[in-house]
Amino acid sequence: MSTTTQLQNPELAEVEVHGLTRASFMVRGALAAGAVYGVSSVAPFVSQALAAGGGGDAEILNFALTLEYLESAFYNEKGKTVGLSGQAKTYATDFGSQEAEHVKALTAAIKSLGGTPVAKPTFVFPVSNQSSFLALASTLENTGVGAYNGAAPKISSKEVLAEAGSIVQIEARHAAAINLLINKSPTPNGAFDKPLTEAQVLAAVKPLIKE
Amino acid sequence: MPVDSVIENDAPQPAGIVEQLVRDDSDRKRFLKMAGSAGAASFGAFVLAACGSSSSSSSSTAAAPAATTASSSANTNDIGILNYALTLEYLETAFYAKVIEAKLFGGAAGALLKTFGAQEAQHVAALKAAVTSLGGTPVAKPESKFPITTAAATAELAYTVENLGASAYLGQAPLIQSKQVLASALAIHTIEARHAASIGTLVKKSVTPDGGFAKPADMSEVLAAVKPFLA
Repeated sequence: MSTTTQLQNPELAEVEVHGLTRASFMVRGALAAGAVYGVSSVAPFVSQALAAGGGGDAEILNFALTLEYLESAFYNEKGKTVGLSGQAKTYATDFGSQEAEHVKALTAAIKSLGGTPVAKPTFVFPVSNQSSFLALASTLENTGVGAYNGAAPKISSKEVLAEAGSIVQIEARHAAAINLLINKSPTPNGAFDKPLTEAQVLAAVKPLIKE
Repeated sequence: MPVDSVIENDAPQPAGIVEQLVRDDSDRKRFLKMAGSAGAASFGAFVLAACGSSSSSSSSTAAAPAATTASSSANTNDIGILNYALTLEYLETAFYAKVIEAKLFGGAAGALLKTFGAQEAQHVAALKAAVTSLGGTPVAKPESKFPITTAAATAELAYTVENLGASAYLGQAPLIQSKQVLASALAIHTIEARHAASIGTLVKKSVTPDGGFAKPADMSEVLAAVKPFLA
């Protein structure tokens, strides 16, 4: 993956992560991935997903499952230890249980398609307080929206598409609520959400995946 | 594609059907039965008739063009869905225009609603362009009426309208044939969801009223829900 490709999406640069612009965050993520695995390699978790998926819709769902594992662990594990309070705590609890439901539904859907669900990766979340937690939550939720919107047109089954649609709408609602909480626009892409490619999603989440 | 090919080979539809739908439940049910059997294309006919852009063609029962290839019927299907979405976006745009005109909201809430209204107008423009690019004729803007009273009641109505919009797009997504049209619809779908959630925070209601999985609404449910807003 080339960083040039990612930078062709200037709208991503508006999102800030830990005081870095999204663009530089993504570049750093890609560089970190490149340093560990070689610039041209596909990150291991994706190749695992692709290999295990059985192709087609199951493969797409396995990619989604990895993201849902990530979000679920973020809210349900990190969210419980980082010291959240007030609305942030309520959102983390509610959204966390919904992300866990998504994990369950996607796992079942992959099996019903004859695929093998990917194993839950181990994550590392570089957040230490409520403010950095919410900033990363915003990135994860907004990336989730773009990931589903980017993948959905590749889905063959109408049933799988309907399920993905009912999940991405929830991701969008989470993204808007979190953004409002941290005084960001609930519609950071303007009137049309931008789809993301797998490579763009990977660049955004790679720094959070330990193995 | 000419209007007549959108309004093809379905049961003849009386002119002014929307007026009857608004007033007469049994007629609405009859329409829904027709719509159910004939699918999105007939909803396209409905909105065309409703919006008066082709009142003469509604009674002409134009002979269906001989060309009924898979691609043209997929096109007709998608045009019907886009025109349906366009009708909803027109209603949302009109709603926000009235809300802003009423000057019920200031500060952050007012700014948010103004932004959302402008985004709905962008959806209208995009959907019109999409219908035209598929060779269809965009439906005309429907006449609408909204009960704008207090700020609290208006915000509640906005919450209802946006949740309905989100579920309407979700209901259509699996029925869309063209991948390109699907991608456009999805890009709008999640904006409606963001609007709905944002307004949920204003009215202190759940940002995810359906829980972990959003519920789709089909055309008949949406039609029933927007009926009070059609003038």
